[in-house]
Amino acid sequence: MSALVELFYLLAAVLFIVGLKRLSSPATARSGNSWASVGMLIAIVATLAFNRIISWPWIIAGVLVGSAIGGIFARTVKMTAMPQMVALLNGFGGGASALVAAGEYLRYQSEALAIPINVGVSMQLSVLIGSVTFSGSLIAFGKLQELVTGKAVTYPLQKTLNAVMFLATLGLLVALVVSPDQLPLFLALAGIALLLGVLSVVPIGGADMPVVISLLNSYSGLAAAMTGFVINNHGLIISGALVGASGLILTNIMCKGMNRSLTNVLFGAFGTGGTATAAAVGPGGEEKTVRQVGVEDAAMMLAYAQNVIVVPGYGLAVAQAQHDVREMADVIEGRGGVVKYAIHPVAGRMPGHMNVLLAEANVPYDKLKDMDEINPEFERCDVALVVGANDVVNPDARRPGSELSGMPILDVDKAKHVIVMKRSMNPGFAGIDNPLFYLENTSMFFGSAKDSLAKLVKELKQID
Amino acid sequence: MIEELVGLLVIFVLAMFVGFEVITKVPPTLHTPLMSGSNAISGIAIIGALILTGQENTMATSILGFIAVVFAMINVVGGFLVTDRMLRMFKRKPQERR
Repeated sequence: MSALVELFYLLAAVLFIVGLKRLSSPATARSGNSWASVGMLIAIVATLAFNRIISWPWIIAGVLVGSAIGGIFARTVKMTAMPQMVALLNGFGGGASALVAAGEYLRYQSEALAIPINVGVSMQLSVLIGSVTFSGSLIAFGKLQELVTGKAVTYPLQKTLNAVMFLATLGLLVALVVSPDQLPLFLALAGIALLLGVLSVVPIGGADMPVVISLLNSYSGLAAAMTGFVINNHGLIISGALVGASGLILTNIMCKGMNRSLTNVLFGAFGTGGTATAAAVGPGGEEKTVRQVGVEDAAMMLAYAQNVIVVPGYGLAVAQAQHDVREMADVIEGRGGVVKYAIHPVAGRMPGHMNVLLAEANVPYDKLKDMDEINPEFERCDVALVVGANDVVNPDARRPGSELSGMPILDVDKAKHVIVMKRSMNPGFAGIDNPLFYLENTSMFFGSAKDSLAKLVKELKQID
Repeated sequence: MIEELVGLLVIFVLAMFVGFEVITKVPPTLHTPLMSGSNAISGIAIIGALILTGQENTMATSILGFIAVVFAMINVVGGFLVTDRMLRMFKRKPQERR
């Protein structure tokens, strides 16, 4: 019997891997997700069929409540709120793993069984990682939902306190593995882990949340894998490891895109306003002038452009102007121009977020171009329209000695004309001035992204 | 005991490598659905939650188990459905919609 259920878990794991493999192209991705969900169904049914289930009421109630909440979330969430949603889901995944491990611990306790060391290690690790994931994700959710301040919260001795707490959890973990029968210590471990999750995410600024969500994604997988070690279940271990790997890859991509190391994101407390050093210090201090452009001129440039590349950034997501962008693109394409979208890895508020927003606005996915693919095309592009992006188009990143040095950027400055839509001349997230704005081929179009685009569309439609 | 742990560790490490290989091939366009989808997969903790809750339990473990089942099901159902909702929007030609 147990061999058979293991085979079903293997089948589920294979379906997960096939499902993830099919995510390698937008054309097959949806079926991949369906395969993975079938795998999950198989795993759940097999578990219920092959284990001697006594307390059905608890299970049925739990499944119904959880499915209802999950279903409502999935149906009602706005695409712009996807980062929050994923943060919340990470938290629930981590929380579930921690609860299972805690439940197992209590079961050993109530039946006065000794916890073998191999189970103990993973049990305590699962509680630790799961709790950190749970509370950390809730804070990340709060920051993205703007329930908690998006700013980096700092206070004296912050790093020291976090380090002490981390060491304390490790100490408790070892103590509990050596001698498991100490409920107060177990509760202390869970409590400190929850606190650690809160305190380690609080100092991270809102714009760094993509990294944090990716990392917590990885943790939620690792917590599930640890739980698999506790209950000796291969299905959990394999699936947890897959998710753990996925989260790590995304974390790495996000860090590279922002030109930061993971330690810098986690401990740097970036974006506090304390990094204004480079801000207003122009080279030599000479007057730099920007060229402003009005609606008519901007519309004229776009109307007669053959190749237009739109560079959407964080500001576009905030203004929720993706539909306006697409409308503008429709008009330009109706006139025979070609419009493409250059997507920087950290555009939007989480990995790939901008692509989802544009897909929602009905932009075909073959027009969404990754950085490496689109960069050579800027030289041939008539107009590059930058909407709400700043640091990711800062040419200073190519120059050594800047705070952005080495950051991968979109080569917008190589386009024949650049129109930058921006609310004001305020520097971007990194607090650094952007030389792109002062280039001869750059025109600034001030105003809120949504308004400006609406005006542009109106103007474009009048040109014949 | 230790052999058992090592056996599980082998599975874990190899699965990590499979994960790295498979996920590296996912294009940046699909990173958000990848995240929500893999998130749903990490809801596999539901298995542990079901096993725990299904046993003969004290009140405390029953309640922990119940909450674990709720959390994991939110993760599973919410994750897969929202991923499907996103992937449905990815179209090569926009006209096909509606």
